[in-house]
Order: sequence, then C-alpha cells, then structure tokens
Amino acid sequence: MAEFIVDKDGIKRYLVTITVNGIKYTKMVKANSLLVNFLREDLDLTGTKKACEQGDCGACTVLLDGKPVNSCMVLTISVDGREVTTVEGLASNGKLDILQEKFIEHSAPQCGYCAPGILMSAKALLMRNPNPTELEVREAIAGNLCRCTGYVHYVQAILDAAAANQERKDG
Amino acid sequence: MYLPDFEYFTPNSVEEACRLLSQYGSKAVAIAGGTDILVKMKKEVMAPEVLVSIGHLSELKKIEYVPGKGVVIGAGVTHNEVMNSKILHEKYLSVSEAAHQMANNQVRNLGTIGGNICNAVPSADMPPILIALDTTVKIVGAKGERTMPLENVFKGPNQTVLENDELITEFVIPDGNFTGSTYIKFGLRASGALAVVGVAASVQMEGDIVKDARIVLGAVSPVPVRAKEAENFLRGKKAGEELFAEAGVIASGECRPISDIRGSAEYRRDMVRVFTRRALLKAVNEGHV
Repeated sequence: MAEFIVDKDGIKRYLVTITVNGIKYTKMVKANSLLVNFLREDLDLTGTKKACEQGDCGACTVLLDGKPVNSCMVLTISVDGREVTTVEGLASNGKLDILQEKFIEHSAPQCGYCAPGILMSAKALLMRNPNPTELEVREAIAGNLCRCTGYVHYVQAILDAAAANQERKDG
Repeated sequence: MYLPDFEYFTPNSVEEACRLLSQYGSKAVAIAGGTDILVKMKKEVMAPEVLVSIGHLSELKKIEYVPGKGVVIGAGVTHNEVMNSKILHEKYLSVSEAAHQMANNQVRNLGTIGGNICNAVPSADMPPILIALDTTVKIVGAKGERTMPLENVFKGPNQTVLENDELITEFVIPDGNFTGSTYIKFGLRASGALAVVGVAASVQMEGDIVKDARIVLGAVSPVPVRAKEAENFLRGKKAGEELFAEAGVIASGECRPISDIRGSAEYRRDMVRVFTRRALLKAVNEGHV
C-alpha cells in the first residue's frame, strides 16, 4: 500500500508514482482523487476531457497499461506504479501520430470535444489490431459518444490511418 | 464531479480484505473495477466511509480449466478478460459472448465479473448465462467460506445473500453434460445499453431429444429467474421449432417484468416468448455460442 502522511486536518495523503506519457510523476494525492482530475488538475494535462463522468461517454478515455478505460471511474491511488497514456502522449518529437494526421485530413472532429477520447480508443485498437475491419473500428469507438454525430468521418479516418501504417510497413 | 472523503485500504490477500470488511462493518465496501461503486458514490446513492480495494489481488484473476471440476473464473477477472479468454472460447464461447455484450470497451476493461454479480442489477448480462450453465460461486468471509449455486445468490435488485465481510472469490462452471448454450440480449442500442430483455438457454441433447434444458430470464424479474415450467416441458421431447415456440409461450408466463423507460411489461413478456425460442434453437443447432 502506498505510503501516506496525515495533514493537520486529519486527511490522509498518499504518495503515488505514476508514469504518464513516459514521464514518471511522484505526487501526493487523497484517496478520493479520480484519475481524470489528477491528470487535468495535478499534471495540467487538460487534453483529457470530462463530460458525463459516469462511464457512458468516453470523453475521458486514456490508456491504462495500454488498455482504454474511462479515467473518470479510476481512483488515482489504484494506478500507483502503473502506466497511463493520454492524448498528449500520442505525438512524439513534434510529430503528430498518424491517427491525428488522418483526423485532420478527414475533418473528423466537428466540435472536437470527443476527439481526444476517440483518438485513445482508436490508438488502443490499432496497437492490438493493426488491420481492423470497419465493424471492428465501430465497435472500438462504441464507448465514445460524439454528439455532433460525426462518426462516419471518424471511422474513415481510423481505417485510413490503419492503411497508412500498413503502407509504411510494406514500403 | 468529485468524490467525498473516505479511507482506502489495499489489502494483500482476500483474507486481509475480509478482515478489514469485518472490522469496519457496514461503513465499508469492497471495490474492484469501480464502475458501479464510484458512479453510485458520485450520485450519492451510497457513501461508504471505507473502501477496501480487491481489484489488484492476483488470486482473484485466474481463468483456468480444472479437469473433473470445470472452468474456474476468478471474481476479479474483467469482462474483456472473459471475452478474450482462450479457455472460454474452447469450452464456453457463450460466456465470452455474454461478456462481450456488456456495456462498452472502456467499461469492460475495468468492470469485473464478480462486481457484475455483487451489484445484482436485474438487467446484468453475466448472471443468465452463468446460471444456465449451473455455475457455483465460492464465497469467502472473515468466518470461513461457503459454496452455493449462483442462482441462490440474488435476493432482489441490488441485494445478494453476501454478508458485509464476504466476497465472491470464484465461479466454477462445472464440467456438465450441456451440449449447447447461449445468451441473447435485446438493448436499445448495439453497445452501451442495458438489457431490456436477456435470455440464456442451455441444452443437453441426445440425438434430437432434449434430455435437459435450462432457461434463465434476465431484466424481467427482480432477480434473474429460471423458467422452470418451460424447462420441465422440454425434457424428453423431440427438438424442433414448434416445441421451442411452445416453450417460449410457457416461459413468458413465468416472468414478472416491470414497465420502465426501456420498455413496457407487455413488450418484455412478449420478447421473452420470442427470445426463449431463438435461444433454444441457437443452443441446439450451434453449441456453446
């Protein structure tokens, strides 16, 4: 169990070490800290969005040890010692991930609020299954609600990103 | 949304978890995936002062086949782990498929099968298929352990027979004689929807004679319920679409549905008739799917 201190009000604060986008952070958190709030408020990683906050909409999707989860339903303390990837972790060395490029090319996001969550669900899919069918893409983002209802462009962008990945590999 | 303050424990074993639950009594709740409990805490439906984490316990994480016993599934296994289990694909694909129909990918990566049972929602997707396969549960508490059929675990909506210091630790799907089983669900959307009606059926066939059958109805009673009259009716008869249609009519008389935002009682009752027929046909013709 994580080490803790008790502050002057008698509240316990736990020492947790969490790797976010490859960087190890060691922070004090209360037991009731939710991962989404930890990312946004303690680490200033506001790319991860909050909407329904009860696991229905997927706006707060991040990868926990490589698997997509709703960060509004994860206690920060339960992530001690584990790895989190947020939308900020997709681009590397100033270069966008192929999914991000294709999202732009297809004008997939409209208002854009669901886009970070959909990117993370899509990323998890392509890591597990580099060559998905349309049905598999639709299923992978089924936990992400887009109220502009722009799903078609998202699906096309993700399929296109998968195809581009394959081309790079083959070429 | 923020959560109220609570004490949090990360025990190293089921035994330690039970001791903590016993020590804090009704103030404490065990938490695994958190997909039900944290939502209830946010909505202030429950306000536990102590959370005892069990989701990390490796002893609850196994899926294994023990010859002579059956398939053993730890309570801390997530729905996606059930869905992707090679052992279940081989033995009971129907169980993997039921897990696949629960909520969405993100929730399936967190929510555990033990949690789906302990939360005891009438529309839960795992109980019907597990009951149809005669699954037993192992319950461990501060004072010892007991084993019972999953069927007997539910008392009412959100109510189980578990004492405050007790945890479900594993499910055993016994090596049985069922030749086929399936769970079919109707939700208002293809993903992320609760069952309006869910029907599981398992059959034991000898040639084209139904030697034994189980029919379990979800979302149409306060607890998942077996359509025992329909099961009795089927025993010893020759399988066929007409027979299963008749069994559907009998089963629809055995449920006690309510009308709510997802569907009326009349609609649910009629869907039980249709889904019972379809589930039986599928289990007879396609095996464990």
